[in-house]
Amino acid sequence: MIKVKINGQEQSWGGDPDLPLLWFLRDEAGLTGTKFGCGQALCGACTVIVDKEAVRSCITSINDVAGREITTIEGLHPTGDHAVQKAWRQVNVPQCGFCQAGQIMQAAALLMDNPKPSHDQIREAMSGNICRCGCYQRIENAVHLASTGV
Amino acid sequence: MNFIDNPRKLRGFEKHTRVEKISRRSILRGIGITGGFVLAAPVMSRQAFAYETGAGKMPHGVVVDPRIFVAVAPDGTVTILAHRSEMGTGVRTSLPLIVAEEMEADWSKVKVQQAHGDEVKFGNQDTDGSRSTRHYLIPMRQIGASARTMLEQAAAKRWGVPATEVKAVNHEVVHGASGRKLGFGELAADAAKESVPSIEGLKLKDPKDFRYLTKGQIGIVDLHDITTGKAGYGADVRLPGMKYAVIARPPVTGGKLVSFDPAEAMKVSGVEKVMQVRGWPWPSKFQPLGGVAVIARNTGAAIKGRDALKLVWDDGANGKYDSVAYRKELEEASRKPGLVVRAEGDADAALKSADKVVIGEYYLPHLAHASMEPPVAIADVKGDKAEIWAPVQSPGGTREDVAKTLGIPEGNVTVNVTLLGGGFGRKSKCDFALEAALLSKELGAPVKVQWTREDDLHHDFLHTVSVERIEAGLDKSGKVVAWRHRSVAPTIASTFAAGANHAAAFELGMGLVDMPFEIANISCENPEAAAFTRIGWFRSVSNIPRAFAVQSMVGEIANATGRDQKETLLALIGSPRIVKPAVKDMWNYGEPFDSYPIDTARLRKVVELVAEKGEWGRSVPKGHGLGIAVHRSFVSYIATIVEVAIDDKGKLTVPRVDTAIDCGTYVNPERIQSQIEGAAIMGLSLAKYGEISFKEGKVVQKNFDDFQVIRIDESPLITNVYIVPPGPDTPPSGVGEPGVPPFAPALMNAIFAATGKRIRALPIGKQLEA
Repeated sequence: MIKVKINGQEQSWGGDPDLPLLWFLRDEAGLTGTKFGCGQALCGACTVIVDKEAVRSCITSINDVAGREITTIEGLHPTGDHAVQKAWRQVNVPQCGFCQAGQIMQAAALLMDNPKPSHDQIREAMSGNICRCGCYQRIENAVHLASTGV
Repeated sequence: MNFIDNPRKLRGFEKHTRVEKISRRSILRGIGITGGFVLAAPVMSRQAFAYETGAGKMPHGVVVDPRIFVAVAPDGTVTILAHRSEMGTGVRTSLPLIVAEEMEADWSKVKVQQAHGDEVKFGNQDTDGSRSTRHYLIPMRQIGASARTMLEQAAAKRWGVPATEVKAVNHEVVHGASGRKLGFGELAADAAKESVPSIEGLKLKDPKDFRYLTKGQIGIVDLHDITTGKAGYGADVRLPGMKYAVIARPPVTGGKLVSFDPAEAMKVSGVEKVMQVRGWPWPSKFQPLGGVAVIARNTGAAIKGRDALKLVWDDGANGKYDSVAYRKELEEASRKPGLVVRAEGDADAALKSADKVVIGEYYLPHLAHASMEPPVAIADVKGDKAEIWAPVQSPGGTREDVAKTLGIPEGNVTVNVTLLGGGFGRKSKCDFALEAALLSKELGAPVKVQWTREDDLHHDFLHTVSVERIEAGLDKSGKVVAWRHRSVAPTIASTFAAGANHAAAFELGMGLVDMPFEIANISCENPEAAAFTRIGWFRSVSNIPRAFAVQSMVGEIANATGRDQKETLLALIGSPRIVKPAVKDMWNYGEPFDSYPIDTARLRKVVELVAEKGEWGRSVPKGHGLGIAVHRSFVSYIATIVEVAIDDKGKLTVPRVDTAIDCGTYVNPERIQSQIEGAAIMGLSLAKYGEISFKEGKVVQKNFDDFQVIRIDESPLITNVYIVPPGPDTPPSGVGEPGVPPFAPALMNAIFAATGKRIRALPIGKQLEA
C-alpha cells in the first residue's frame, strides 16, 4: 500500500505502483483540477507541487511520491486567494483556462524558490507550460504582479 | 458534389444550407419563468434590425424568447442561459452580458447557466465561424429588452400607473413620479404572467447608456473557477460506475483492423476489457474511425493496456500518402491552368504584355489544432436513451449524430456541454462523443473516452495543405495590372463526399475570390487536389494560406518596385469603394453583402491605424525588420505589423506586434484584445513550427516535442491591439479567427526587411539558420 499526502490529506493506493500520479489524482482521488495535456511532460498542464518543487504528474509514478506531500490546484489556498491566483484574476489571464492550473502551480513554485524573479527568469521558469490560446503576455504580467504583491 | 444537397453535413458553412423551416412544436420547459413559446420568427424581419445578418439562415436559425433564456428568481437572482460553447473566446460571458445590459440586470446578481444541445429550443448552437456576437448581439438585446419590458409592465400594474411612467434601472423598476421602487425578484412572479412583447415594439437601450457593453471591465464568468481548479472541462465529469477507455485507431485514415490480440493488455493491472469499436468507411464525416478500445478502472491503466495490444492493420488506399511527394504534385498543379473561379479583364494577355512579372509560390503544410484539452467525451447510454457530456462546439450536431449512430430518436439524447479546453474548430467534429456513445451502449455502463496527445495529432481533422501561386504583372510605372492566383489544396468537402477535389464556395471565399485589390485583370483559379486524410476547418481556415500568399506577394511587389510595403499595400487596395468580385455564388461568410460588403475604406483604415499607432517606418536596430499585412476575414478587417529580430545564428524573436481590428460594433474589448494577443501567438506557432506531415500514410509527428508550438520564452514581448471605434449601426463582425491570417505574412515581410530572405514555404524551421 502506497501512502501519499495530498492537500494535507492521507491517501493510499494498492494498485499498480507505476500508475502516473496524474491519473491517481484525477481518476482515483477525484481531484480533477490537474489536467492531462500530453502525457510526456512536454506541456505542463499536469503540474503539481511535490514538497516545494513543481513536478509533472503525468510522468511521475505514484510510487515516486510515496510518503511525500503533494499540493494540487485545489489545495494551493483554502479560498483560492494565493497571490498567484489573485494576480491571475486581476490580469484576466485565461482564455479557455485549461492549462491554467498547471501554469498557476508552476508560478507558485517559482515564487517559493525565487520571490522576485526577473522577466527573463519568469519566461524561463514558465517555458515548460504551453498555452495554446496564447495567454503568455498576461501570464508573464501576472507572475510579475504576484511577485510584487497584489 | 452531392454533399451540398444535405445542409446538415456542412454545419457551420451555411452557404450550402437552405433557410431552415423552424418547427415550433417541441419547445420544452426551460429555465424560463414559465414554460415558454417561441416569441419571434427565427428569420428576423428587417424592420426589427438596423442591419441584417445570416443568423436566420443557419440550421435552426435564431430563437428570441425571454422565457427560454432568462429566469428571475424571487430572491432577485437572474439566470441567463448561454447557448454557445465556451472555448476561450469569452462568449459564455459576452452573450449573457448583452441580455443583462439590455434588461438592466445587475451583473453581480446574474448567474450563467450552460444550455444543453437543443437547437429547436435555443436556435443554432454551432460555435464556429466567428459568428456568436455577429449573429446574437441583436437577438440577445431583444431578449433582454423583452424581459425588461415584462418586468416594467408588472410593476406598472402593481402600482396602477401607465407602463410609460416606469423604468427598469439596475435590477429594480422605478416609478419616477412617486419614487416607488420594486426589485426584480419582487416582480418575478407577476412578470411571468405578462405577455411577451412583440419584437417590433421593443425599445432597445441607447448605447450611450450602456453600463457593461463596450466597457470591457467584466471578467469572464469562469475566472474564479479556472484559477481554483473547479472549472469543469470535458474530462472532469465523473459518474458513478464510470469506466475509462482509450482507443487504438487505424494509423492510416481509411485503414481497417485485421486482427488483434488482447492477451498482454488484459494482464495490465486495472484493465477490465478489450473490445472492438465500430468504424465507418472513409470519408465518413464525423463518424468514428473504429479500432480497439481498452476499458479500465482509470485512464492510466487504459493507456498502459493499449500500449500492450498487438494489432494488425490494413492501411488501405491512403497508405501511400507522403507529404514530400504530395507537395511536388501540388506545385506542379499550381503551374498549370485550373478551374477559373474569378475572372475580370484578361489576366493572360495582361501578364504576357506586362513589363515585369513577379511570381511567388507559397507552401503551407497541414496543421493540427492541438487544443490543450485533447478530445474527450463521456456517454451514459441506457436502453434507447443517451446522455453525453463533452466539450463540443456543436451541441446540436452532436445530439443529431449520436441519435443517428445509436439509432434512437434525437429527443432521447441529452448533450451536456462542458467548458472546452480550446477548440479551434476541432471540437465541431463530434467523433469522440460518438465513440463514447458506442462503447457505453455495448458496456451498459457510463464510459469516458480519453484521447491522448498522440491520438489528437494522428487522428485530427487537419487544416489542409496548400500551394498558392501568384503571378503579378507590373507595367512600366510599377503599377500592378494583372493578377493570377492559383490555389491548390484538398478541400474540406472531401471529408463529406468521396472524390470532392475542388474547393467549396466557402473555401474560395476565404481570401481567394474576395481578394480586394484594385487590379484590372484578375484570374483566380482552383486546380484539382485529392485528399488522403481527414481535412477539416482550423481556426481561420483557408484564410491562413491565402493571406500568407497574397500579403507576402505585396511585400515581393514592394521589393520589385523599390517601394515601401505599406504604400504598396495601399496602392493595391486602391480607392475607397465596395468591391464586387465577378464570382458566381460568392460566399461572404454567410452574411448578406448589404450589411457586410467588402469595403476598402475600412481595409485602408486598419492599415493606416496600425501604421500610425504601430509607428510604421520607425528605425529599428540592425538585424530587426518590420513587416505589415492586412486581411479581411469573417467580415472583419485586420492589419498587423510585426517587428522581428534575427541574430547572426538565424534565431528569430518577435519584440513587438501591433494589430488594428475593425470588427464593427463590439461587446467586450478586453476579450477582443485577448483574442488578438492569442492570434499572434498562434500565427507565430504556425509560421515557425507548424507542420503535420505524412509518411506511408501515417502522421509523422507524435507530441509537443515534434509538433512544437510557441512557448512563453519565444512569445512576442508585447502585442498592442487597437480597435476601430464602430460607426453608428455598424454590424458586429468576427473576432475569434481574423487575427491569425495576417500574422504569418507580416512576419515574412519583416524577415525580408531584416535579412533580405524571402520565405515562401512554412514552417520557417531552419530556413534562417546560417
